[in-house]
Amino acid sequence: MAAVSQLQRQFIEYTTSLYNEGYLDDQFTQLQKLQDESNPEFVVEVVSLFFEDSEKLLNNLATALQQKIVDYKQVDSHVHQFKGSSSSIGAQRVTNVCVHFRNYCEEKNLDGCLRCLQQVKHEYILVRNKLETLFRLEQQIVQAGGSIPMME
Amino acid sequence: MGVISISETPLHVLAVDDSNIDRKLIERLLKTFSYHVTAVDSGIKALEFLGLQDVENFQSFSPNPEEEVNLVITDYCMPGMTGFELLRKIKESKSLKDIPVVIMSSDNIPARINRCLEEGAEEFFLKPVRLSDVDKLKPYFSKNDRKTTDEEECVSSDRSRAMDDDDGGDVDGDGDDGVEAWSDENEQIEKDQSCHHKMFKIEDVVP
Repeated sequence: MAAVSQLQRQFIEYTTSLYNEGYLDDQFTQLQKLQDESNPEFVVEVVSLFFEDSEKLLNNLATALQQKIVDYKQVDSHVHQFKGSSSSIGAQRVTNVCVHFRNYCEEKNLDGCLRCLQQVKHEYILVRNKLETLFRLEQQIVQAGGSIPMME
Repeated sequence: MGVISISETPLHVLAVDDSNIDRKLIERLLKTFSYHVTAVDSGIKALEFLGLQDVENFQSFSPNPEEEVNLVITDYCMPGMTGFELLRKIKESKSLKDIPVVIMSSDNIPARINRCLEEGAEEFFLKPVRLSDVDKLKPYFSKNDRKTTDEEECVSSDRSRAMDDDDGGDVDGDGDDGVEAWSDENEQIEKDQSCHHKMFKIEDVVP
C-alpha cells in the first residue's frame, strides 16, 4: 500500500506542477471529468488524436514555410487548426504560441513565422513528454492496485 | 432536472465539426446528457444527413423521419461550407427551418456572434465547449408533439460567456480588437472558406 500512496502523491505533485507551469489549463481537467467507467480511456484517446494531428500540422507548417512564395493564408489555416486542437485539450503553452504565430501570418512576416514554428514545435514536444509521463504514472498506480486521484 | 418527454426516444443531435478532436469532444459532451449523437465533418454532409436530395439545388429536401434531428450544433470555421452558411441553408429551408441551430467558435468576435444570432442561431458557444454549455441546450430542442411544462418554464439562454468581453480591446490576444466594418466583412465572411477574415483588410475590398 505504501507504494500506491507514494505513486499517488507523485501523481498529484506532477499534475499540480503542470498546471502551475502553464503546460495544462482547466480544459484538461474538463477532459478528465468526461472520463468514466463507460469511457475509461477517454483522455488518452483524445490526447492521442492531438499527438497525431500535431505531427501532421508541424510537417505541413514546415513545408508551407519552405515554399519560394509562401502562402500565408495556408500557413494561418494550419496554425488556426493547431490553436484549436491544443486549446481543446488544454495545452495552454502551445495555444499561446499559436496566437503569436497567427499575428506573424497576418503581417506576412517570414522570420517571425519561422521563429514561431520552432517555438511551437518546442512547446509541443515538451507537453507531449509531460503528458506521456503523466499517463505512465497513471498506469503504474493502476497496476499497483490503486486509483487515480481526482484533481480539482 | 431532466426534461419530461412524451416519447422514450432520446433527443437526436447532429454535430458538425471538421476537427476530429472537437468532434470526439462534442460527441462525448452530448452523450453525457444522454442525447443520441450523429457527428459529421462538413456542412455538406450535415445537409445530406438532414435529407438534401440534390447537392446542386439546395431547395430540395426529403428528411428521413427515422432520423429526425432535434438540434444541430456546428463549428463556425470549416473548409467548404462554414457553419454560418449551414445555418443559413437550414433556416432557408421550409422543411428544416424549425430545427434549432447552435454555433461554436474558437474566436470571440462580437460581429460574428451577432450575425449568427440574427440569422437564427439559438446560441453561440465559445470553444472549447464545456459541460456547462451543453447543459444550456435543453430549452432549445424541437420535437414533434413536444410541449412540456419544463420547456415553458425554461430559463432564457445565458450568452454571457461569449459576449462577456465587450471592452472593445483585443480580447482574445490575437492582435485585433475584433471590430470590423460591417458590410464588407459580412460579404467576406461568407466567401471566406477558411474564416481567415483578418487577412482581408478593408483596403483590399473597398475600391
